[in-house]
Amino acid sequence: MTNDMEWQQVGHLDDIPKLGARVVRTPEGDIALFRTTDDQVFALRDRCPHKGGPLSQGIVYDHKVACPLHNWAIHLETGMAVPPDEGCAGRLPVMLEGRDIYLSLTVLDGAGSCG
Amino acid sequence: MRKKLILIGNGMAGVRTLEELLKLAPEAYDITVFGAEPHGNYNRILLSPVLAGEKRFDEILLNDEAWYATHDITLHTGKRVTEIDRARRRVVADDGTTADYDRLLIATGSEPVVLPIPGHHLDGVVTFRDIRDVDRMLEVARTRRHAVVIGGGLLGLEAANGLMKQGMEVTVVHLMESLMERQLDGPAADMLRRSLEERGMKFRMGGETEAIVVNGRDAAVRLQDGSELPADLVVMAVGIRPSTESAESAGIYCERGIVVNDTLQTYDPRIYAVGECVQHHGTTYGLVAPLFEQAKVCANHLAGLGYWRYEGSKTSTKLKVTGIDLFSAGDFIGDDTTEEIHFNDIAGGVYKKLVLRDDRITGAVLYGDTADGAWYFQLMREGADISDLRENLLFGQHHLGDAGHGDVNRATLMADDQEVCGCNGVCKGDIVKAITSKGLFTLEDVRAYTKASSSCGSCTGLVEQILAYTLGGDYSAPEVKPVCTCTDYTHDQVRRVIREQGLKSLAAVMHFLEWKSADGCPVCRPALNYYLLTAWPGEYRDEGQSRYINERVHANIQKDGTYSIVPRVFGGITNPLQLRTLADVAEKYQIPQVKFTGGSRIDMLGVKKEQLPAIWADLAAAGFVSGHAYGKAVRTVKCCVGSDWCRFGTQDSTTMAIEIEKMTWGSWTPHKFKMGVSGCPRNCAEATIKDLGVVAVESGWEIHVGGNGGVKVRATDLLCHVTTMEEVLEYTGAFLQLYREEARYLERTAPWIERVGISFLKERLVADPEQRRAYNERFRASQVFAQEDPWGERGTGGVDRHEFIPLKVLG
Repeated sequence: MTNDMEWQQVGHLDDIPKLGARVVRTPEGDIALFRTTDDQVFALRDRCPHKGGPLSQGIVYDHKVACPLHNWAIHLETGMAVPPDEGCAGRLPVMLEGRDIYLSLTVLDGAGSCG
Repeated sequence: MRKKLILIGNGMAGVRTLEELLKLAPEAYDITVFGAEPHGNYNRILLSPVLAGEKRFDEILLNDEAWYATHDITLHTGKRVTEIDRARRRVVADDGTTADYDRLLIATGSEPVVLPIPGHHLDGVVTFRDIRDVDRMLEVARTRRHAVVIGGGLLGLEAANGLMKQGMEVTVVHLMESLMERQLDGPAADMLRRSLEERGMKFRMGGETEAIVVNGRDAAVRLQDGSELPADLVVMAVGIRPSTESAESAGIYCERGIVVNDTLQTYDPRIYAVGECVQHHGTTYGLVAPLFEQAKVCANHLAGLGYWRYEGSKTSTKLKVTGIDLFSAGDFIGDDTTEEIHFNDIAGGVYKKLVLRDDRITGAVLYGDTADGAWYFQLMREGADISDLRENLLFGQHHLGDAGHGDVNRATLMADDQEVCGCNGVCKGDIVKAITSKGLFTLEDVRAYTKASSSCGSCTGLVEQILAYTLGGDYSAPEVKPVCTCTDYTHDQVRRVIREQGLKSLAAVMHFLEWKSADGCPVCRPALNYYLLTAWPGEYRDEGQSRYINERVHANIQKDGTYSIVPRVFGGITNPLQLRTLADVAEKYQIPQVKFTGGSRIDMLGVKKEQLPAIWADLAAAGFVSGHAYGKAVRTVKCCVGSDWCRFGTQDSTTMAIEIEKMTWGSWTPHKFKMGVSGCPRNCAEATIKDLGVVAVESGWEIHVGGNGGVKVRATDLLCHVTTMEEVLEYTGAFLQLYREEARYLERTAPWIERVGISFLKERLVADPEQRRAYNERFRASQVFAQEDPWGERGTGGVDRHEFIPLKVLG
């Protein structure tokens, strides 16, 4: 674990239901943490690039989430909208150590990364 | 090492098969394509608009060379395969190129029939088959004047129309006395001919071409009666025949076409064939829709999945001549065992004929007003019993109840800037442009590219109609619609399998039915969850993650991410104490807005998610339960004051409403389910636009079903008349259960009843008391488990706590 990433423990894998999501509240806005069937965890800004819908409330399937407001699909791995829709919900670095979830907010001021 | 697949024929059927195959098994084969034409795959059905100058060639190209490169497909254009060596499993092209195969797919299409008359090989004689023919015609049209089209069928008339648009004088020579005799009956053909004559087209009916002769510089078509028609250009459009040459020379069994079985295999099981070159159960096809159906099945078998079968297609025809509306499908002539319904308005230019056998449509011809063509065709393919619709059938779908698809009829008349999808602001022109420029063929494609019909879905019928209108006879709404793209199975099939196989979890269903995606998707998962819940009440564990957010957290998500809640007030009858509790809660939690709903309940809006459990705890303490205003569930029972107060009231509607709501609350249904009870026929509770409406009359109660006051207004159908409140309750439970068990997920009662017919309901619920009682008992049994208040569980029971609190608060 490198220091410049400033990893912070935010919870335990079992805190998020499979194919579910939880929110981490930060001063810069909400971050949605998703757990997929294969027990991977992904972090995106909790704002759909379409109309700002809370992605944490959507249905998770494969490595995607469907926004609850207008059903845009967003790739969890990249934060990019599934074509032909275009846009990006910023992606944040997240990692698992055992079953502990660590999140890094270092890219948050840039609204997360895309692609 | 990957297996090798060779496709002979770079046309729509073959390439469509590859596209389907790449979706199913992208890594299964190294693919090589041989095409005799020097282009990528283009949309042959749009050659007519190219000839008419309404489109350019690049607009009809479906797969450019980049597409083949992206999918690692080796493409040989301009090379004709001359030999199939089945022993060595190798093909040889006319330039000597060879390639080996493990599987071979023949999609050589068809070739135009050329009449072997004297002069048929002359320079100005062309067929109408590929882009080269079109280029040739356009070239002649630029400098010369007289064209003769031999053949007054679909293709010939489209060619004639195109040439006329290019400024030529066109005469159509047709052997028969009636145009398009394979698609039209006499009256429709006459109307078509008159309309084309008005545009300047000339006809020689019953004309047999004897020869094409040259007199000095000028050529002419000579008919059997000796007359001659000047002809700088002769288009032969007398039919097509399957291209079977390469298959035949390799010893593959052919009759009129290459004979294939239900898995699209030829007599050599390594060799498949699709498209116009094949003959299946004695039939050959020349329209795109059946070819695409074949492509889907063939790809399924090439991918090694092996569960799909091709059982033949029913086809319909539309003429692609701008300004002429003509539709034909099925057996439109009929015989001793059929009857006909006609509409004939010659001056108005409208003719309709439906052929019926045993209350089912077997064929249709429409001229002038084809708006309902797609609908008749659908009824025909489904084999739907039309006895309930009969008296209004010919007047079209908009004369029925308009449940969710009344707009269908508008599609053809709509201007390009008219809005189709009111949810996403998509106009007809946007959809047509996306269909033609992106090469879209299905409803799913249109949804993905334009968003039309992807929200409330009420414009789905209209979008399908626009697809049909834009693609002509080449669009076919899928005969049976799969649940979603994760599966080929329909709602009804999935549901039957769940019951028959005793499947009790989403994972089990997806495994048993070989779902194509690991987790399913937001379309199928809520549907499966619902089907499992109704099949195994009390036994199936509801999977929250497969429910839409509203049903997972039991409140309505709003555009800003807050929620709204509607506490249940049975029958809408309240009291000061209840109202005070609601007022206190609104103040205590600083709820931004309070309003009355359309179902006369109180809605509190702008609630933060974290506040929900505490609010519910307060409400539960005062005896409130969830109003399920967020769910595909029983909503409210709206009522008037009835005989308690009203001087006109005939029955006690408030007690009736409260009893119904107490019995039914908490039940999950395929879509939202609203009820109303009116105390007299003045119907102040608007019960006749509810899913179930009860209207009091002096002698008892009328029970009405299938109304809708939302997307499309539909008045209810009367189910029956009863005398006691107990009977009303029994019918209500039975109707709800029938709807729960039979309707597809997300199908409101209105479209469901239009699909199955009110007679279907009457047979089960009115004519058969025993069945009615059984339905009601099953409903009551499922209610034992459904009537646990989800708000109470979450407010005071701590259920699903993780849904309502952040994982962590940082900074």
